[in-house]
Amino acid sequence: MKLKSFSFSKLCTILIFVFLYAPIFVLIANSFNASKSRTVWTGFTLDWYSKLFNNETILTSLANSLLVALVAAVCATVLGTLAAIGIYNMKPITRRAVMSVTNLPNINPEIVTGVSLMLLFVGLNIEFGFTTLILSHIVFCVPYVILNVMPKLRQMNVSLCEAAMDLGCNQLQVFRKVIIPEITPGIITGFLMAFTYSIDDFVISYFTYGAKAQTLSITIFSMTRRKVSPEVNALSAIIFVVVLVILLIINILDIRKHKKEARR
Amino acid sequence: MNKHAKLAAFPYLLWMAVFIIVPLALIVVFAFTTTVTVDADGNILTAEEITEVQDAFYEEYGEDADIAELGLSEKTVFTLQNILDVSKYMNTLLNSIWLALIATVICLVLAYPVAYFISRLHFTKQKMMLMLAMLPMWMNFLLRTYAWMTILERNGLLNRLFALVGLGPFEMINTQGAVVLGMVYNYLPFMILPLYSVMTKIDSRTIEAAQDLGANRLTVIGRVVLPLSVPGISSGITMVFVPAVSTFIISRMLGGGTNMLIGDLIDLQFLGNAYNPNLGAAMSLVLMVFILLCMSITNSIDNEETEVSML
Repeated sequence: MKLKSFSFSKLCTILIFVFLYAPIFVLIANSFNASKSRTVWTGFTLDWYSKLFNNETILTSLANSLLVALVAAVCATVLGTLAAIGIYNMKPITRRAVMSVTNLPNINPEIVTGVSLMLLFVGLNIEFGFTTLILSHIVFCVPYVILNVMPKLRQMNVSLCEAAMDLGCNQLQVFRKVIIPEITPGIITGFLMAFTYSIDDFVISYFTYGAKAQTLSITIFSMTRRKVSPEVNALSAIIFVVVLVILLIINILDIRKHKKEARR
Repeated sequence: MNKHAKLAAFPYLLWMAVFIIVPLALIVVFAFTTTVTVDADGNILTAEEITEVQDAFYEEYGEDADIAELGLSEKTVFTLQNILDVSKYMNTLLNSIWLALIATVICLVLAYPVAYFISRLHFTKQKMMLMLAMLPMWMNFLLRTYAWMTILERNGLLNRLFALVGLGPFEMINTQGAVVLGMVYNYLPFMILPLYSVMTKIDSRTIEAAQDLGANRLTVIGRVVLPLSVPGISSGITMVFVPAVSTFIISRMLGGGTNMLIGDLIDLQFLGNAYNPNLGAAMSLVLMVFILLCMSITNSIDNEETEVSML
């Protein structure tokens, strides 16, 4: 089986990885291209990298993206964790109803969620800017937190809470000292997912951003309508390397942990 | 835990009402209403009638008179017209569904062998390969699509490559094919991930048992791997189809202005030249209902809950 599957599956996989990485390679190559044209190579340069650090539009929008993602992810994590604990303790029927509504923003096409939020903010007469951007990011981040915390609650041993209460803990202490530590891994994964989805989002931001609060995606979008400045290529190359390194570290740690457990 | 724990969800329930239910209700309200001008007696006026009464008013009271005294006001009334108007754009809707369907099928065909290959690797390699498959998703989606513009353009990299061997130039950008390619490229990892997560649970011994019992490769795939991966297939299909059918960026960047999808139309009604939120809401509602119907069909195909782990 191994030898046979080698030929076809492996070939497919290699070709698809080439397909997946070709545009990224083009982006990174262009970040070193002396020419402003995207298709002609005129020589190697690091100019775009130094220009990037002087380009205020890009740097401001990058900072905005990080700020929005951080605030939205923190709020979504708090709201979502509390929600998950509450929903977990509901009757099955109510739980199912609440969960189907919870999933709506992410089941719906992004454009529908974006448009619906835009209508809401217009109706409430809120000025489009950071407030609307952060609120709408929390909307699509909360489901990810709930979906990550819920399984941890299900895995938790209910007797733990009872034991804590028998030993004299009050509600708040049970919450703080038993429940929260038990579900922390889920909370962290939820937070990280919320953060990355927020950073990456374009469609929902597109319908809810204001002139003073442009995220990186929005800035790149307005550039693609004219011409993308090569500084953006430099930025994406940097982001690519940073993400690659982070993912490699996470994976290596994960594999080490797994091996250790296997040895035991 | 006890009954009081339910209270922890209270802020969220409030949030849910304001930021999920109300916005969707607004879409429904906008889809079924329109703004009309009524006179002081509450009669609805057409555009011509409005100019008529306004002209008459100015004639009687002079050019400097305050038009507000005429007593015209705007009113929101129930209508089915917006929903009926959506049918005028049925071609665009069908075209979006068609292109998204093609992209979904291509994604399934491409992702299946990849997911299978990764799932049969050693654990350590599995993790690494999966990470590499997901890594492109971390790059900005607009930039990746922009890079495809560079590749597909008339003077782009592919045409230059073809020119070297004396072929082309081919018209690749601004075609439906380019739009499908953009969809496949952007959403392929969404297909690989759920497929991988069901396939990695298939025990290698099951496959070996099938082989021992005389199944050849095709039989193994067709009668063992395929049936066991149905939950992954159906969640992969929804994860690719939903964003593909509603995209407006891919069609704008790779399709030029000519290959409009339903997403472009909705965008135009809200933020574009064709400003008409009522019609836009009607289109969104139709799209939403269509997708929820599709989802309920795929969900009924596989009742098993599939866990999809990101990253």
